[in-house]
Amino acid sequence: MTIQKIQENNNLTIKLEGRLDTITAPELEQELKGLLPGVEHLVIDLTATEYISSAGLRVLLSAQKTMNRQGDMLVKGANEVIMEIFEVTGFVDILKIEEA
Amino acid sequence: MAEIMVEAKAEKLTEVLAFLDQELESAGCSFKAQMKLEIALEEMFVNIAQYAYPDGEGSTAIRVQADGTAREVTVTLEDCGIPYNPLERPDPDTTLSSEDRPVGGLGIFMVRQSMDSVAYEYRDGKNLFTMKKLW
Repeated sequence: MTIQKIQENNNLTIKLEGRLDTITAPELEQELKGLLPGVEHLVIDLTATEYISSAGLRVLLSAQKTMNRQGDMLVKGANEVIMEIFEVTGFVDILKIEEA
Repeated sequence: MAEIMVEAKAEKLTEVLAFLDQELESAGCSFKAQMKLEIALEEMFVNIAQYAYPDGEGSTAIRVQADGTAREVTVTLEDCGIPYNPLERPDPDTTLSSEDRPVGGLGIFMVRQSMDSVAYEYRDGKNLFTMKKLW
């Protein structure tokens, strides 16, 4: 997985390319830990993300919890498979999702 | 039917999924079903890697039977670890707010939701987990 970061003042966009799975989710978690302090608007761009397993969902939920306290978070670009995962797990009600 | 035997370690995930992909691609499985099967196999394999052998190392056998005519695939995971029926795990409450939701506990739930059928059996000292998906 490739993690691309675009930071501008209090806005941070994270573009994820590849699979957000058991192996790669800890990398993202580590990155976010360092980057999120001070961020008010977080965008997670999943346009190039193939799939997300439960390990990835855990990281997204943690990021959402952090952003609940300091601003907002938007998820965009999710493909059909990922949208289905968000739906069955109830993440559609937790995350703010901009449909692709 | 194809089978691989790997050490029950999360680092082996890439190898496990490459094996699954190869079988699914040669059977002409749809992309969507393939993604769901990859996620499901990841969840079940990682679960075994994390919990089946608390006292040391062990292995897992993974069998894939993909039938391109019936458009159906069956994936079986077998380990000799501690008896554990993942299907007895209660479903998470998916209606809680982000603040109230525990981080985790979604893996097996996702597998149950995305497969057409799942089954567990403990036989001859082995955990056998089978999942079936039509495409």
